Amino acid sequence: MKPTTIPQRLAADSFHIDEGESHITIDQELCRSTGTAKALIAVCAAGVYQERDGQLVADYAGCLECGSCFAVAAPGAIQWHYPRGGFGVNYRQG
Amino acid sequence: MTSSGGPAIDFDVAVVGAGPAGSVAAYRLAKAGLSVVQIERGVTPGSKNVSGGVLYGRVLDDLLPGYANEAPVERKITRHAAMLMTKDSAVALDYSSRLLAEPVNAVTVLRANFDPWLAAKAEEAGAFLMTGVRVDSLLTEPGLSGAPTVVGLRAGDDELRTRVVIAADGVNSFLGRSVGLTTKPPTNQLGIGIKAVVGLPRRAIEDRFALADDEGAAFALVGDCTLGVGGGGFLYTNTESLSLGVVLRLDDLLRSGRGAAEIFDHLCEHPMLAPYLRDGEILEYGCHLIAEGGYAMVGQLAMNGMLVAGEAAGLTINSGLVVRGMDLAIGSGIAAADAAAEAIAKGDTSQSGLAGYRRRLEDSFVLQDMRTYARAPQFFERPELYGAYGELAASILQSTYSFDGTPRKHLARMARQALKTSSIKLRRLLRDAVAGVRSL
Ligand SMILES: Cc1cc2nc3c(=O)[nH]c(=O)nc-3n(C[C@H](O)[C@H](O)[C@H](O)COP(=O)(O)OP(=O)(O)OC[C@H]3O[C@@H](n4cnc5c(N)ncnc54)[C@H](O)[C@@H]3O)c2cc1C
Ligand code: SF4
Repeated sequence: MKPTTIPQRLAADSFHIDEGESHITIDQELCRSTGTAKALIAVCAAGVYQERDGQLVADYAGCLECGSCFAVAAPGAIQWHYPRGGFGVNYRQG
Repeated sequence: MTSSGGPAIDFDVAVVGAGPAGSVAAYRLAKAGLSVVQIERGVTPGSKNVSGGVLYGRVLDDLLPGYANEAPVERKITRHAAMLMTKDSAVALDYSSRLLAEPVNAVTVLRANFDPWLAAKAEEAGAFLMTGVRVDSLLTEPGLSGAPTVVGLRAGDDELRTRVVIAADGVNSFLGRSVGLTTKPPTNQLGIGIKAVVGLPRRAIEDRFALADDEGAAFALVGDCTLGVGGGGFLYTNTESLSLGVVLRLDDLLRSGRGAAEIFDHLCEHPMLAPYLRDGEILEYGCHLIAEGGYAMVGQLAMNGMLVAGEAAGLTINSGLVVRGMDLAIGSGIAAADAAAEAIAKGDTSQSGLAGYRRRLEDSFVLQDMRTYARAPQFFERPELYGAYGELAASILQSTYSFDGTPRKHLARMARQALKTSSIKLRRLLRDAVAGVRSL
Protein backbone atom coordinates (compact mmCIF):
# COMPACT_ATOMS: atom_id res chain seq x y z
CA MET A 1 0.00 0.00 0.00
CA LYS A 2 1.30 3.44 -0.86
CA PRO A 3 2.09 5.71 2.10
CA THR A 4 -0.55 8.41 2.55
CA THR A 5 -0.78 11.67 4.47
CA ILE A 6 -3.71 12.55 6.72
CA PRO A 7 -5.16 15.04 4.19
CA GLN A 8 -4.97 12.37 1.48
CA ARG A 9 -6.82 9.91 3.68
CA LEU A 10 -9.43 12.49 4.65
CA ALA A 11 -9.96 13.25 0.97
CA ALA A 12 -11.48 9.77 0.65
CA ASP A 13 -14.12 10.66 3.28
CA SER A 14 -17.41 12.45 2.85
CA PHE A 15 -18.40 15.44 5.01
CA HIS A 16 -21.43 17.69 5.31
CA ILE A 17 -19.63 20.73 6.61
CA ASP A 18 -21.58 23.02 8.90
CA GLU A 19 -20.42 26.39 7.57
CA GLY A 20 -22.46 28.20 10.19
CA GLU A 21 -21.15 26.66 13.37
CA SER A 22 -17.94 25.11 14.68
CA HIS A 23 -18.48 22.33 17.20
CA ILE A 24 -15.05 22.92 18.76
CA THR A 25 -14.15 25.95 20.85
CA ILE A 26 -10.69 26.49 22.27
CA ASP A 27 -9.71 28.29 25.46
CA GLN A 28 -6.18 29.35 24.43
CA GLU A 29 -5.11 30.27 27.94
CA LEU A 30 -6.21 26.98 29.53
CA CYS A 31 -4.92 24.90 26.64
CA ARG A 32 -1.50 26.40 27.08
CA SER A 33 -1.30 26.45 30.88
CA THR A 34 -2.53 22.86 31.32
CA GLY A 35 -0.49 21.29 28.53
CA THR A 36 -3.73 20.34 26.80
CA ALA A 37 -2.60 21.79 23.47
CA LYS A 38 0.13 19.19 23.14
CA ALA A 39 -2.20 16.35 24.11
CA LEU A 40 -4.83 17.41 21.56
CA ILE A 41 -2.29 17.51 18.76
CA ALA A 42 -1.03 14.04 19.76
CA VAL A 43 -4.37 12.24 20.03
CA CYS A 44 -6.21 13.67 17.05
CA ALA A 45 -5.85 11.20 14.20
CA ALA A 46 -7.42 13.68 11.78
CA GLY A 47 -4.87 16.43 12.36
CA VAL A 48 -7.59 18.89 13.34
CA TYR A 49 -5.45 20.70 15.92
CA GLN A 50 -2.43 22.70 14.86
CA GLU A 51 -0.30 25.42 16.35
CA ARG A 52 -0.16 28.53 14.17
CA ASP A 53 1.68 31.67 15.28
CA GLY A 54 1.57 30.54 18.89
CA GLN A 55 -2.19 29.98 18.76
CA LEU A 56 -3.89 26.60 18.81
CA VAL A 57 -6.35 26.31 15.95
CA ALA A 58 -8.97 23.65 15.20
CA ASP A 59 -9.83 22.89 11.61
CA TYR A 60 -13.20 21.50 12.65
CA ALA A 61 -14.28 20.64 9.09
CA GLY A 62 -12.02 17.56 9.07
CA CYS A 63 -13.15 16.24 12.45
CA LEU A 64 -14.03 12.53 12.50
CA GLU A 65 -16.07 13.00 15.71
CA CYS A 66 -14.34 10.42 17.87
CA GLY A 67 -14.25 12.59 21.00
CA SER A 68 -10.65 11.70 21.90
CA CYS A 69 -9.66 15.37 22.19
CA PHE A 70 -12.47 16.02 24.63
CA ALA A 71 -11.49 12.89 26.60
CA VAL A 72 -7.91 14.07 27.18
CA ALA A 73 -8.51 17.81 27.57
CA ALA A 74 -8.23 19.45 30.97
CA PRO A 75 -11.67 20.56 32.21
CA GLY A 76 -12.74 23.68 30.33
CA ALA A 77 -9.73 23.75 27.98
CA ILE A 78 -11.97 23.01 25.00
CA GLN A 79 -15.67 22.82 24.41
CA TRP A 80 -16.55 19.96 22.17
CA HIS A 81 -19.91 18.52 21.23
CA TYR A 82 -21.31 16.63 18.27
CA PRO A 83 -22.03 18.76 15.20
CA ARG A 84 -25.66 19.72 14.61
CA GLY A 85 -27.85 16.88 13.38
CA GLY A 86 -27.00 15.80 9.84
CA PHE A 87 -23.70 17.73 9.72
CA GLY A 88 -20.13 16.49 10.01
CA VAL A 89 -18.50 13.31 8.84
CA ASN A 90 -20.66 10.95 6.80
CA TYR A 91 -19.11 7.50 6.79
CA ARG A 92 -19.95 5.45 3.72
CA GLN A 93 -18.11 2.31 4.92
CA GLY A 94 -17.78 2.55 8.70
CA MET B 1 -43.72 7.45 37.59
CA THR B 2 -45.69 9.45 35.07
CA SER B 3 -48.81 10.87 36.61
CA SER B 4 -51.93 10.73 34.48
CA GLY B 5 -52.55 14.43 35.08
CA GLY B 6 -49.24 15.52 33.49
CA PRO B 7 -48.65 16.73 29.96
CA ALA B 8 -49.49 14.35 27.14
CA ILE B 9 -47.03 11.61 26.31
CA ASP B 10 -45.79 11.70 22.69
CA PHE B 11 -44.21 8.23 22.71
CA ASP B 12 -44.01 5.43 25.23
CA VAL B 13 -40.28 5.17 24.60
CA ALA B 14 -37.65 7.31 22.88
CA VAL B 15 -34.52 5.46 21.85
CA VAL B 16 -31.51 7.70 21.22
CA GLY B 17 -29.05 6.28 18.71
CA ALA B 18 -29.42 3.93 15.75
CA GLY B 19 -26.41 1.72 16.47
CA PRO B 20 -26.98 -1.96 17.27
CA ALA B 21 -28.13 -1.31 20.85
CA GLY B 22 -30.70 1.31 19.82
CA SER B 23 -32.07 -0.46 16.78
CA VAL B 24 -32.55 -3.76 18.56
CA ALA B 25 -34.26 -2.01 21.49
CA ALA B 26 -36.56 -0.10 19.11
CA TYR B 27 -37.36 -3.29 17.18
CA ARG B 28 -38.22 -5.23 20.28
CA LEU B 29 -40.39 -2.45 21.77
CA ALA B 30 -42.27 -1.92 18.53
CA LYS B 31 -42.89 -5.66 18.28
CA ALA B 32 -44.31 -5.53 21.80
CA GLY B 33 -46.80 -2.95 20.57
CA LEU B 34 -45.40 0.15 22.25
CA SER B 35 -45.08 3.49 20.50
CA VAL B 36 -41.39 4.13 19.85
CA VAL B 37 -39.40 6.97 18.35
CA GLN B 38 -35.77 6.32 17.47
CA ILE B 39 -33.54 9.36 16.94
CA GLU B 40 -30.17 9.33 15.19
CA ARG B 41 -27.91 12.33 14.57
CA GLY B 42 -26.37 10.90 11.39
CA VAL B 43 -28.09 11.52 8.05
CA THR B 44 -28.50 7.75 7.85
CA PRO B 45 -27.96 5.10 10.53
CA GLY B 46 -24.32 4.03 10.55
CA SER B 47 -23.01 7.24 9.00
CA LYS B 48 -21.33 8.19 12.30
CA ASN B 49 -20.12 4.75 13.29
CA VAL B 50 -16.76 3.04 12.97
CA SER B 51 -16.07 -0.47 14.15
CA GLY B 52 -13.49 -3.16 13.49
CA GLY B 53 -16.51 -4.94 12.28
CA VAL B 54 -16.45 -8.53 13.54
CA LEU B 55 -19.93 -9.26 14.79
CA TYR B 56 -20.26 -12.34 17.00
CA GLY B 57 -23.87 -12.53 15.97
CA ARG B 58 -25.47 -15.55 17.65
CA VAL B 59 -27.51 -13.21 19.82
CA LEU B 60 -28.80 -11.49 16.70
CA ASP B 61 -29.62 -14.81 15.11
CA ASP B 62 -31.87 -15.61 18.08
CA LEU B 63 -33.72 -12.35 17.51
CA LEU B 64 -33.74 -12.36 13.69
CA PRO B 65 -33.16 -15.97 12.63
CA GLY B 66 -31.03 -16.37 9.54
CA TYR B 67 -29.84 -12.75 9.75
CA ALA B 68 -26.46 -13.63 8.19
CA ASN B 69 -28.14 -14.59 4.93
CA GLU B 70 -30.31 -11.50 4.75
CA ALA B 71 -28.29 -8.67 6.28
CA PRO B 72 -25.55 -6.83 4.36
CA VAL B 73 -22.72 -8.81 5.94
CA GLU B 74 -19.31 -9.03 4.33
CA ARG B 75 -17.71 -12.38 5.11
CA LYS B 76 -18.29 -15.31 7.45
CA ILE B 77 -15.22 -15.63 9.65
CA THR B 78 -13.60 -19.07 9.51
CA ARG B 79 -10.08 -18.06 10.43
CA HIS B 80 -8.90 -16.25 13.56
CA ALA B 81 -5.26 -15.38 14.13
CA ALA B 82 -3.45 -13.50 16.87
CA MET B 83 -0.11 -12.08 15.84
CA LEU B 84 2.60 -10.94 18.22
CA MET B 85 4.67 -8.50 16.17
CA THR B 86 8.15 -7.07 16.35
CA LYS B 87 9.52 -4.63 13.80
CA ASP B 88 10.64 -7.44 11.50
CA SER B 89 8.94 -10.64 12.76
CA ALA B 90 5.53 -12.02 13.61
CA VAL B 91 4.67 -14.96 15.86
CA ALA B 92 1.09 -16.12 15.36
CA LEU B 93 -1.56 -18.34 16.78
CA ASP B 94 -3.69 -19.23 13.79
CA TYR B 95 -6.99 -21.11 13.95
CA SER B 96 -9.11 -22.06 10.95
CA SER B 97 -12.16 -24.27 11.14
CA ARG B 98 -15.19 -25.29 9.14
CA LEU B 99 -16.99 -25.44 12.47
CA LEU B 100 -16.98 -21.63 12.52
CA ALA B 101 -18.99 -21.53 9.28
CA GLU B 102 -21.99 -23.62 10.29
CA PRO B 103 -23.72 -22.33 12.30
CA VAL B 104 -22.26 -18.92 11.47
CA ASN B 105 -20.19 -17.82 14.45
CA ALA B 106 -19.07 -14.36 13.34
CA VAL B 107 -19.34 -12.11 10.32
CA THR B 108 -17.64 -8.90 9.28
CA VAL B 109 -19.84 -5.87 8.75
CA LEU B 110 -19.35 -2.34 7.45
CA ARG B 111 -21.48 -0.16 9.66
CA ALA B 112 -22.66 2.23 6.95
CA ASN B 113 -24.38 -0.78 5.35
CA PHE B 114 -25.27 -2.86 8.37
CA ASP B 115 -26.77 -0.21 10.67
CA PRO B 116 -29.38 0.99 8.12
CA TRP B 117 -30.51 -2.61 7.65
CA LEU B 118 -30.97 -3.16 11.38
CA ALA B 119 -32.72 0.20 11.83
CA ALA B 120 -35.07 -0.69 8.97
CA LYS B 121 -36.09 -3.81 10.89
CA ALA B 122 -37.22 -1.57 13.74
CA GLU B 123 -39.05 0.70 11.32
CA GLU B 124 -40.84 -2.24 9.70
CA ALA B 125 -41.88 -3.36 13.17
CA GLY B 126 -43.48 0.06 13.68
CA ALA B 127 -40.83 2.26 15.28
CA PHE B 128 -40.70 5.86 14.04
CA LEU B 129 -37.14 6.63 12.91
CA MET B 130 -35.85 10.21 12.77
CA THR B 131 -32.41 10.69 11.24
CA GLY B 132 -30.24 13.78 10.96
CA VAL B 133 -31.54 14.87 14.36
CA ARG B 134 -29.26 15.40 17.34
CA VAL B 135 -30.83 15.04 20.75
CA ASP B 136 -29.54 18.06 22.66
CA SER B 137 -30.72 17.39 26.17
CA LEU B 138 -33.10 15.50 28.41
CA LEU B 139 -36.24 16.88 29.97
CA THR B 140 -36.19 16.23 33.68
CA GLU B 141 -38.51 16.90 36.57
CA PRO B 142 -37.93 16.43 40.26
CA GLY B 143 -39.25 12.97 41.16
CA LEU B 144 -41.12 11.94 44.26
CA SER B 145 -37.97 11.13 46.20
CA GLY B 146 -36.26 14.34 45.03
CA ALA B 147 -34.11 12.40 42.53
CA PRO B 148 -34.62 13.71 38.99
CA THR B 149 -36.96 11.91 36.63
CA VAL B 150 -36.36 11.90 32.90
CA VAL B 151 -39.66 12.77 31.21
CA GLY B 152 -38.53 13.28 27.64
CA LEU B 153 -35.97 14.96 25.46
CA ARG B 154 -35.19 18.07 23.49
CA ALA B 155 -33.82 18.31 19.94
CA GLY B 156 -33.48 21.85 18.63
CA ASP B 157 -36.79 23.57 19.39
CA ASP B 158 -38.71 20.32 19.63
CA GLU B 159 -39.60 18.57 22.84
CA LEU B 160 -40.88 15.03 23.08
CA ARG B 161 -42.43 13.61 26.22
CA THR B 162 -41.91 9.95 26.97
CA ARG B 163 -42.40 7.36 29.66
CA VAL B 164 -38.92 5.93 29.19
CA VAL B 165 -35.81 7.13 27.35
CA ILE B 166 -33.27 4.52 26.32
CA ALA B 167 -29.90 6.22 25.85
CA ALA B 168 -28.10 4.05 23.28
CA ASP B 169 -25.94 6.99 22.26
CA GLY B 170 -22.59 5.25 22.23
CA VAL B 171 -19.27 5.55 24.03
CA ASN B 172 -19.40 9.34 24.55
CA SER B 173 -22.98 9.19 25.94
CA PHE B 174 -23.48 12.89 26.54
CA LEU B 175 -27.06 12.14 27.56
CA GLY B 176 -26.08 9.66 30.25
CA ARG B 177 -23.52 12.13 31.59
CA SER B 178 -25.92 15.07 31.53
CA VAL B 179 -28.05 13.49 34.27
CA GLY B 180 -25.20 11.82 36.16
CA LEU B 181 -26.24 8.30 35.17
CA THR B 182 -22.81 7.79 33.60
CA THR B 183 -19.55 9.66 34.12
CA LYS B 184 -16.80 10.74 31.76
CA PRO B 185 -14.31 7.83 31.85
CA PRO B 186 -10.66 8.38 32.77
CA THR B 187 -8.17 8.07 29.90
CA ASN B 188 -7.01 4.57 30.89
CA GLN B 189 -10.56 3.33 30.25
CA LEU B 190 -10.72 4.66 26.70
CA GLY B 191 -8.95 3.67 23.52
CA ILE B 192 -8.88 5.59 20.28
CA GLY B 193 -9.59 3.33 17.32
CA ILE B 194 -8.17 4.49 14.00
CA LYS B 195 -9.20 2.58 10.93
CA ALA B 196 -8.82 2.53 7.17
CA VAL B 197 -10.98 0.53 4.82
CA VAL B 198 -8.55 -0.71 2.19
CA GLY B 199 -10.02 -1.69 -1.17
CA LEU B 200 -8.74 -4.87 -2.89
CA PRO B 201 -10.18 -7.24 -5.46
CA ARG B 202 -12.19 -10.07 -4.00
CA ARG B 203 -9.95 -12.75 -5.41
CA ALA B 204 -6.79 -11.14 -4.04
CA ILE B 205 -8.28 -11.18 -0.55
CA GLU B 206 -9.26 -14.84 -0.79
CA ASP B 207 -5.82 -15.82 -2.10
CA ARG B 208 -3.83 -13.79 0.41
CA PHE B 209 -5.80 -14.97 3.42
CA ALA B 210 -6.31 -18.55 2.15
CA LEU B 211 -10.10 -18.32 2.13
CA ALA B 212 -12.85 -19.98 0.13
CA ASP B 213 -15.64 -17.80 -1.33
CA ASP B 214 -17.22 -15.44 1.22
CA GLU B 215 -15.21 -16.92 4.07
CA GLY B 216 -13.28 -14.40 6.09
CA ALA B 217 -10.30 -13.95 8.37
CA ALA B 218 -9.82 -11.85 11.49
CA PHE B 219 -6.27 -11.07 12.61
CA ALA B 220 -5.65 -9.53 16.03
CA LEU B 221 -2.27 -7.78 16.19
CA VAL B 222 -0.20 -7.01 19.29
CA GLY B 223 3.20 -5.44 19.79
CA ASP B 224 5.17 -3.36 17.34
CA CYS B 225 2.04 -2.51 15.32
CA THR B 226 1.28 0.09 18.02
CA LEU B 227 4.95 1.02 18.53
CA GLY B 228 4.68 -0.37 22.03
CA VAL B 229 1.64 1.70 23.06
CA GLY B 230 -0.97 -0.24 25.06
CA GLY B 231 -3.66 -1.54 22.72
CA GLY B 232 -3.44 -3.50 19.53
CA GLY B 233 -4.18 -3.68 15.86
CA PHE B 234 -6.64 -5.52 13.67
CA LEU B 235 -6.81 -6.70 10.10
CA TYR B 236 -10.20 -8.08 9.09
CA THR B 237 -11.48 -9.12 5.67
CA ASN B 238 -14.58 -7.70 4.02
CA THR B 239 -15.89 -8.84 0.65
CA GLU B 240 -13.83 -6.40 -1.39
CA SER B 241 -11.86 -4.56 1.25
CA LEU B 242 -9.87 -4.97 4.43
CA SER B 243 -10.54 -3.26 7.74
CA LEU B 244 -7.13 -2.22 9.05
CA GLY B 245 -6.74 -0.38 12.30
CA VAL B 246 -5.24 0.21 15.71
CA VAL B 247 -6.74 0.81 19.13
CA LEU B 248 -4.55 2.90 21.43
CA ARG B 249 -5.22 3.37 25.14
CA LEU B 250 -5.37 7.13 25.59
CA ASP B 251 -3.31 7.29 28.79
CA ASP B 252 -0.51 5.22 27.25
CA LEU B 253 -0.63 7.12 23.97
CA LEU B 254 -0.10 10.40 25.85
CA ARG B 255 2.66 8.86 27.95
CA SER B 256 4.46 7.64 24.80
CA GLY B 257 4.83 11.14 23.40
CA ARG B 258 3.82 9.83 19.99
CA GLY B 259 1.04 10.97 17.75
CA ALA B 260 -1.96 8.73 17.01
CA ALA B 261 -1.63 9.27 13.26
CA GLU B 262 2.09 8.47 13.38
CA ILE B 263 1.29 5.05 14.90
CA PHE B 264 -1.38 4.44 12.29
CA ASP B 265 1.16 5.28 9.54
CA HIS B 266 3.55 2.78 11.09
CA LEU B 267 0.85 0.10 10.97
CA CYS B 268 0.10 0.82 7.31
CA GLU B 269 3.77 0.55 6.41
CA HIS B 270 4.59 -2.46 8.59
CA PRO B 271 6.68 -4.96 6.60
CA MET B 272 4.91 -7.94 8.18
CA LEU B 273 1.57 -6.68 6.85
CA ALA B 274 2.78 -5.46 3.48
CA PRO B 275 2.01 -8.72 1.59
CA TYR B 276 -1.63 -8.50 2.69
CA LEU B 277 -1.98 -4.82 1.86
CA ARG B 278 -0.07 -4.68 -1.42
CA ASP B 279 -1.75 -2.45 -4.05
CA GLY B 280 -4.58 -1.70 -1.64
CA GLU B 281 -6.25 1.67 -1.85
CA ILE B 282 -7.66 3.54 1.13
CA LEU B 283 -11.40 3.93 0.56
CA GLU B 284 -12.13 5.56 3.87
CA TYR B 285 -10.36 6.78 6.99
CA GLY B 286 -12.12 6.94 10.34
CA CYS B 287 -11.66 7.08 14.07
CA HIS B 288 -13.85 6.34 17.05
CA LEU B 289 -13.40 5.86 20.77
CA ILE B 290 -13.85 2.46 22.36
CA ALA B 291 -14.60 1.73 26.02
CA GLU B 292 -11.68 -0.29 27.38
CA GLY B 293 -12.46 -0.34 31.09
CA GLY B 294 -14.34 -3.62 31.15
CA TYR B 295 -16.59 -4.52 34.05
CA ALA B 296 -15.08 -1.85 36.30
CA MET B 297 -16.59 0.75 33.98
CA VAL B 298 -20.15 -0.53 34.26
CA GLY B 299 -21.98 1.62 36.77
CA GLN B 300 -25.59 2.40 37.35
CA LEU B 301 -27.77 1.44 34.39
CA ALA B 302 -31.14 2.93 35.26
CA MET B 303 -32.68 6.01 36.80
CA ASN B 304 -36.23 7.33 36.98
CA GLY B 305 -37.49 7.29 33.39
CA MET B 306 -34.23 6.30 31.70
CA LEU B 307 -32.00 3.33 30.85
CA VAL B 308 -28.56 3.35 29.30
CA ALA B 309 -27.64 0.59 26.82
CA GLY B 310 -24.73 -0.63 24.70
CA GLU B 311 -21.41 1.13 24.77
CA ALA B 312 -22.99 4.11 26.52
CA ALA B 313 -23.12 1.73 29.48
CA GLY B 314 -19.48 0.70 28.99
CA LEU B 315 -20.35 -2.73 27.58
CA THR B 316 -17.30 -3.88 25.62
CA ILE B 317 -14.82 -6.70 26.10
CA ASN B 318 -11.26 -6.88 24.82
CA SER B 319 -9.70 -10.25 25.56
CA GLY B 320 -6.64 -9.60 23.43
CA LEU B 321 -7.83 -12.21 20.95
CA VAL B 322 -11.27 -10.73 20.28
CA VAL B 323 -12.86 -7.30 20.61
CA ARG B 324 -16.58 -7.36 21.35
CA GLY B 325 -19.07 -4.55 21.61
CA MET B 326 -21.75 -5.03 18.98
CA ASP B 327 -23.01 -8.33 20.40
CA LEU B 328 -23.11 -6.88 23.92
CA ALA B 329 -24.92 -3.84 22.55
CA ILE B 330 -27.52 -6.13 20.98
CA GLY B 331 -27.89 -8.16 24.17
CA SER B 332 -28.36 -5.00 26.23
CA GLY B 333 -30.81 -3.55 23.70
CA ILE B 334 -33.02 -6.61 24.14
CA ALA B 335 -32.80 -6.40 27.92
CA ALA B 336 -33.51 -2.65 27.96
CA ALA B 337 -36.55 -3.05 25.72
CA ASP B 338 -38.01 -5.85 27.80
CA ALA B 339 -37.41 -4.01 31.06
CA ALA B 340 -38.96 -0.80 29.69
CA ALA B 341 -42.00 -2.70 28.39
CA GLU B 342 -42.43 -4.42 31.75
CA ALA B 343 -42.16 -1.14 33.66
CA ILE B 344 -44.66 0.61 31.39
CA ALA B 345 -47.10 -2.29 31.73
CA LYS B 346 -46.85 -2.04 35.53
CA GLY B 347 -47.24 1.74 35.39
CA ASP B 348 -43.98 2.24 37.30
CA THR B 349 -41.10 3.62 35.25
CA SER B 350 -39.15 4.84 38.27
CA GLN B 351 -35.66 3.53 38.90
CA SER B 352 -37.04 0.65 40.94
CA GLY B 353 -39.69 -0.06 38.32
CA LEU B 354 -36.88 -0.38 35.78
CA ALA B 355 -34.76 -2.67 37.96
CA GLY B 356 -35.63 -5.58 35.66
CA TYR B 357 -32.99 -4.23 33.28
CA ARG B 358 -30.00 -5.09 35.41
CA ARG B 359 -31.55 -8.38 36.41
CA ARG B 360 -31.92 -9.35 32.75
CA LEU B 361 -28.34 -8.34 31.99
CA GLU B 362 -27.09 -10.34 34.96
CA ASP B 363 -29.03 -13.37 33.76
CA SER B 364 -27.74 -13.09 30.20
CA PHE B 365 -24.32 -13.43 28.62
CA VAL B 366 -23.88 -9.65 28.76
CA LEU B 367 -22.89 -9.10 32.38
CA GLN B 368 -21.77 -12.70 32.82
CA ASP B 369 -19.12 -12.27 30.13
CA MET B 370 -18.23 -8.79 31.39
CA ARG B 371 -17.52 -10.41 34.78
CA THR B 372 -15.54 -13.27 33.29
CA TYR B 373 -13.19 -10.78 31.66
CA ALA B 374 -13.23 -8.30 34.54
CA ARG B 375 -9.49 -8.63 35.08
CA ALA B 376 -8.52 -8.33 31.43
CA PRO B 377 -8.05 -4.51 31.34
CA GLN B 378 -5.64 -4.70 34.26
CA PHE B 379 -3.73 -7.51 32.60
CA PHE B 380 -3.32 -5.44 29.47
CA GLU B 381 -1.73 -2.58 31.40
CA ARG B 382 1.57 -4.56 31.34
CA PRO B 383 3.91 -2.68 28.98
CA GLU B 384 5.94 -5.87 28.26
CA LEU B 385 3.01 -7.20 26.24
CA TYR B 386 3.60 -4.57 23.59
CA GLY B 387 7.36 -4.96 23.29
CA ALA B 388 9.52 -7.38 25.24
CA TYR B 389 7.28 -10.45 24.91
CA GLY B 390 7.13 -10.22 21.14
CA GLU B 391 10.91 -9.80 20.99
CA LEU B 392 11.37 -12.83 23.23
CA ALA B 393 9.05 -15.11 21.25
CA ALA B 394 10.57 -14.00 17.95
CA SER B 395 14.10 -14.54 19.18
CA ILE B 396 13.36 -18.09 20.39
CA LEU B 397 11.78 -18.98 17.06
CA GLN B 398 14.58 -17.24 15.19
CA SER B 399 17.10 -19.57 16.85
CA THR B 400 14.81 -22.54 16.17
CA TYR B 401 14.39 -21.98 12.49
CA SER B 402 17.57 -20.23 11.47
CA PHE B 403 20.30 -22.68 10.43
CA ASP B 404 23.50 -20.74 10.20
CA GLY B 405 25.94 -23.64 10.61
CA THR B 406 26.35 -23.22 14.38
CA PRO B 407 25.60 -26.39 16.41
CA ARG B 408 21.92 -26.81 17.38
CA LYS B 409 20.71 -26.48 20.94
CA HIS B 410 17.59 -27.88 22.59
CA LEU B 411 14.59 -25.59 22.65
CA ALA B 412 14.72 -25.26 26.45
CA ARG B 413 18.32 -24.09 26.31
CA MET B 414 17.57 -21.58 23.56
CA ALA B 415 14.64 -20.27 25.52
CA ARG B 416 16.80 -19.82 28.59
CA GLN B 417 19.40 -17.99 26.53
CA ALA B 418 16.80 -15.76 24.94
CA LEU B 419 15.43 -14.94 28.38
CA LYS B 420 18.90 -13.95 29.53
CA THR B 421 19.23 -11.29 26.85
CA SER B 422 15.59 -10.17 27.26
CA SER B 423 14.57 -7.51 29.75
CA ILE B 424 12.06 -10.02 31.11
CA LYS B 425 13.01 -12.25 33.99
CA LEU B 426 11.74 -15.81 34.27
CA ARG B 427 9.84 -15.13 37.45
CA ARG B 428 8.12 -12.19 35.79
CA LEU B 429 7.22 -14.33 32.79
CA LEU B 430 5.66 -17.01 34.98
CA ARG B 431 3.75 -14.46 37.02
CA ASP B 432 2.37 -12.81 33.89
CA ALA B 433 1.50 -16.19 32.38
CA VAL B 434 -0.53 -17.11 35.46
CA ALA B 435 -2.21 -13.69 35.43
CA GLY B 436 -2.99 -14.12 31.74
CA VAL B 437 -4.59 -17.50 32.25
CA ARG B 438 -6.68 -16.11 35.11
CA SER B 439 -7.75 -12.91 33.37
CA LEU B 440 -8.49 -14.06 29.86
C1 LIG C 1 -11.87 0.66 16.11
C2 LIG C 1 -12.96 -0.15 16.73
C3 LIG C 1 -13.03 -1.51 16.51
C4 LIG C 1 -14.06 -2.27 17.04
N1 LIG C 1 -14.14 -3.58 16.72
C5 LIG C 1 -15.21 -4.31 17.11
C6 LIG C 1 -15.40 -5.64 16.65
O1 LIG C 1 -14.63 -6.15 15.83
N2 LIG C 1 -16.48 -6.33 17.09
C7 LIG C 1 -17.38 -5.77 17.95
O2 LIG C 1 -18.36 -6.43 18.31
N3 LIG C 1 -17.23 -4.50 18.41
C8 LIG C 1 -16.17 -3.76 18.00
N4 LIG C 1 -16.04 -2.46 18.42
C9 LIG C 1 -17.01 -1.92 19.37
C10 LIG C 1 -18.36 -1.63 18.74
O3 LIG C 1 -18.20 -0.92 17.53
C11 LIG C 1 -19.24 -0.83 19.68
O4 LIG C 1 -19.16 -1.34 20.98
C12 LIG C 1 -20.69 -0.81 19.23
O5 LIG C 1 -20.83 -0.14 18.01
C13 LIG C 1 -21.58 -0.16 20.27
O6 LIG C 1 -22.91 -0.12 19.80
P1 LIG C 1 -23.93 0.93 20.41
O7 LIG C 1 -25.21 0.71 19.70
O8 LIG C 1 -23.93 0.87 21.87
O9 LIG C 1 -23.34 2.36 20.05
P2 LIG C 1 -22.93 3.01 18.60
O10 LIG C 1 -22.78 1.96 17.60
O11 LIG C 1 -21.82 3.90 18.90
O12 LIG C 1 -24.25 3.85 18.27
C14 LIG C 1 -24.57 5.03 18.93
C15 LIG C 1 -25.42 5.87 17.99
O13 LIG C 1 -25.99 6.98 18.67
C16 LIG C 1 -25.91 8.12 17.85
N5 LIG C 1 -25.93 9.28 18.75
C17 LIG C 1 -25.04 9.59 19.72
N6 LIG C 1 -25.43 10.70 20.38
C18 LIG C 1 -26.59 11.12 19.80
C19 LIG C 1 -27.46 12.21 20.06
N7 LIG C 1 -27.22 13.11 21.03
N8 LIG C 1 -28.57 12.34 19.29
C20 LIG C 1 -28.83 11.44 18.29
N9 LIG C 1 -28.03 10.38 18.02
C21 LIG C 1 -26.93 10.22 18.78
C22 LIG C 1 -24.62 7.93 17.09
O14 LIG C 1 -24.60 8.70 15.91
C23 LIG C 1 -24.61 6.44 16.82
O15 LIG C 1 -25.25 6.10 15.62
C24 LIG C 1 -15.02 -1.66 17.88
C25 LIG C 1 -14.96 -0.29 18.13
C26 LIG C 1 -13.95 0.47 17.55
C27 LIG C 1 -13.92 1.95 17.79
S1 SF4 D 1 -13.17 14.46 17.86
FE1 SF4 D 1 -11.48 13.15 17.19
S2 SF4 D 1 -11.19 13.73 15.08
FE2 SF4 D 1 -12.42 15.35 15.97
S3 SF4 D 1 -10.97 16.87 16.65
FE3 SF4 D 1 -11.32 15.55 18.40
S4 SF4 D 1 -9.72 14.00 18.28
FE4 SF4 D 1 -9.79 14.99 16.26
